[in-house]
Amino acid sequence: MAEQVLFWVFAIGTIAGAGGVIAVRNPVASAISLVATFFFLAGTYVLLWAHTIAVIQVLVYAGAIMVLFLFVIMLLSLTDHGPIVQLSPSRIAGALATAALLASLVGVFRKLPPGDTVTWATDASRLSSFGTLKELGAVLYTQWLFPFEAVSLLLLVAIVGAVVVAKARV
Amino acid sequence: MTVVPTAHYLILAAALFCMGMLGVLVRRNALVVFMCIELMLNAANLTFLAFARERGDVVGHLGPFFIIAVAAAEAAVGLAIVIAVFRNRGTVNIEEIQSMKH
Repeated sequence: MAEQVLFWVFAIGTIAGAGGVIAVRNPVASAISLVATFFFLAGTYVLLWAHTIAVIQVLVYAGAIMVLFLFVIMLLSLTDHGPIVQLSPSRIAGALATAALLASLVGVFRKLPPGDTVTWATDASRLSSFGTLKELGAVLYTQWLFPFEAVSLLLLVAIVGAVVVAKARV
Repeated sequence: MTVVPTAHYLILAAALFCMGMLGVLVRRNALVVFMCIELMLNAANLTFLAFARERGDVVGHLGPFFIIAVAAAEAAVGLAIVIAVFRNRGTVNIEEIQSMKH
């Protein structure tokens, strides 16, 4: 019962935050709204028993990535006087396509079996270890070691690339 | 064990993805467009985690893990490009950055 209540609180918070991101004019307000969205999403992840990912979400997304966004927004000190959204045929078509996508996705998901129980959760030992840092690490550093190392290389390339692209004179 | 059904999480993820897509399609500020891409990535994360719980498979948690790492790389490079564009053109309005059109 508490889980139901928390789910709806987090879901409404997530959608409201996402609405704030796309509806407000000031990019700083958009970024703050996005941080709120990430916090509500982290709560949703905890409800899905993904505690480790929820912590990473808060540390990396709400912490590191959004600080980067705020730095760039304040560095550019943008002034925006035009309307938030200029209606043009392509934009109206885009909005209609988005609404159609949402309607079709919701239509498909509503056909899923109700499934308000998780069958494997009767196994108490499996339930207590699911989503912990220990179990995640055990999979990550054995079976998924190569993708993990590849991501570290990707981050290195991204850092070097960001420096090269953002510098005035190379 | 009674839980919130997986379909609820999937519908939430679909709504989040569509809001991000709407923002990408209608907003004019390149920075806000980037933020909306982050929303779409998070919708994908939510879907991964919902199915991970449904199946009891912790490998489903690695998808979000790698997506967050790639999103960090994407944000760094993307924001560097935004700074470079702003330095050359004095704007980040995607309506005015169209020299590659035609």
